[in-house]
Amino acid sequence: MKKTNSSVSIRTKSVLTGWSFVLLAVILIFVFYFYPMLQALILSFQTGTGSNLTFTGFDNYSRLLSDKTFITSVKNTFIYLLVQVPLMIVLALFISVLLNDSKLKFKGFFRTAIFLPCVTSLVAYSVVFKYLFAGNGLVNTMLLKLHLVSAPIEWITDPFWAKITIIIAITWRWTGYNMIFYLSALQNIDSSIYEAARIDGASASRQFFGITVPLLKPIILFTSITSTIGTLQLFDEVMNITKGGPGNATQTISQYIYNLSFKYSADFGYAATVSYSIVIMIALLSVIQFKVAGDKNG
Amino acid sequence: MAKSKRFFMYLFLSIAAIVSIFPFLWMVVSSTNKSVDVTRGRLLPGTHLLDNFQKLLDTTDLQLSLINSAKISITTTLLALLIASLAGYGFEVFRSRSKDIVFNILLLSMMIPFAALMIPLYRMFGKISNVFPWMGIDTMTSVILPTVTTAFLIFFFRQSTKMFPKELLEAGRMDGLSELGIFLRIYLPTMKTTYAAGAIITFMSSWNNYLWPLIVLQTPQTKTMPLLISTLGSGYAPDYGMIMIAIVIGTIPTALVFFVMQKQFVAGMIGSVK
Repeated sequence: MKKTNSSVSIRTKSVLTGWSFVLLAVILIFVFYFYPMLQALILSFQTGTGSNLTFTGFDNYSRLLSDKTFITSVKNTFIYLLVQVPLMIVLALFISVLLNDSKLKFKGFFRTAIFLPCVTSLVAYSVVFKYLFAGNGLVNTMLLKLHLVSAPIEWITDPFWAKITIIIAITWRWTGYNMIFYLSALQNIDSSIYEAARIDGASASRQFFGITVPLLKPIILFTSITSTIGTLQLFDEVMNITKGGPGNATQTISQYIYNLSFKYSADFGYAATVSYSIVIMIALLSVIQFKVAGDKNG
Repeated sequence: MAKSKRFFMYLFLSIAAIVSIFPFLWMVVSSTNKSVDVTRGRLLPGTHLLDNFQKLLDTTDLQLSLINSAKISITTTLLALLIASLAGYGFEVFRSRSKDIVFNILLLSMMIPFAALMIPLYRMFGKISNVFPWMGIDTMTSVILPTVTTAFLIFFFRQSTKMFPKELLEAGRMDGLSELGIFLRIYLPTMKTTYAAGAIITFMSSWNNYLWPLIVLQTPQTKTMPLLISTLGSGYAPDYGMIMIAIVIGTIPTALVFFVMQKQFVAGMIGSVK
């Protein structure tokens, strides 16, 4: 009896020690993530400026559906998402497969060079890209000198090209980041699998789609979900390259929330409603991505 | 492999490397040129580096912004590593069903967009300002607190703790060390690469953070480097050479941290993926 008692108390003690190790983190995450999240939900049912808020039920949510600026921001964000995320993932995957080749020379150089954009701050690189892609900027000068275009492209001031500029910028900044995840996963694949495939006469592309892609599926799922979450919250680049313009042609949802709360008349309630639209989109898209990947333990 | 295939492989990688490096080179070269030459697309280094630097010192409070950024990033990194490694260790070493449930709930916070948090957080710190002005709006604390704990870093430490040899833990207990003693004297020194990788990730995101400081830091005295760079770039008659030297200076700390700790970073990342 005595023995069981003491072992129970040792277990209780170990459970308590365990909780004491994690307590601070748990408290901070609840205070700075889950509590504000709940506050935002409550706010989304209120209307008013500054702190004079009254409950108005679903008014804000019905306002969303007829709000042209909101719809434009959602459209823009989804254009970035649908073009940029697949483009970047394919590019990162392709580069990492090339870099994983055992006979490749200057591997360290290529890897460092392609990862380099990740050390820049989003603001700093955005400002650099704003000048590179200016009407009389270096990119246009080079394109003109190479006779690839006959007139300068209006990268920043044309609604179509402004979106392209944002997409180019994000791809430049994040491809190397995703590449690192693929590279470390590739290094864990046993090379004998590829040797066997080669003996069976499988071509490089068959090896890629038959071995590499299926084995990297969990990592591809991880990077596509994190990139999706990142793109849905896109702010720094748009704010610093185009300011959301021309018109609202490049404005994102995050920027609209910022404008509603800190630039216009501090409509916190409606801004919170718009922010909940991102929460819902992230939840829906993550579920879809899990389903598409069909990975039960992903 | 066929020779032409090899050639295209090197060609593709070289183009990717040049495209990646070029904006850096341009930014460094431009920081040595006059504003006019930057707009003309001059690609050769000039002699205006010191002029540009002097102008930056004269028109902005560069030192103050650098110090603000350094204080915030270093404090955030140290606190974040401590909190997340304690938690990651606690979740992995002292496992229980209820704790696993809590861990999964914490992971859900990774799905919460910052856009949904910024207004309630801003109002929260507004209220704190009325009671404790020293930790309310426009203070270092208001920048640090919401960003110091991330589920990602806890997850990262828990994953890496799976590789921590449990025999060391038993040996520590045999020697009569307290649980905190085992953590501080055995776990911490053994997991150096994990801490290094965690430090790089946290320092970089803290140094580069823009949206939350933009909202919460409102006076010139509290400005951080990204805020400084952002305001420089939005003027009507920008001095490009001066802006470029500001960007170069703002990038040096993260570039240094990355290059000094690159090996540990890759080792730490691989450790967590395995």
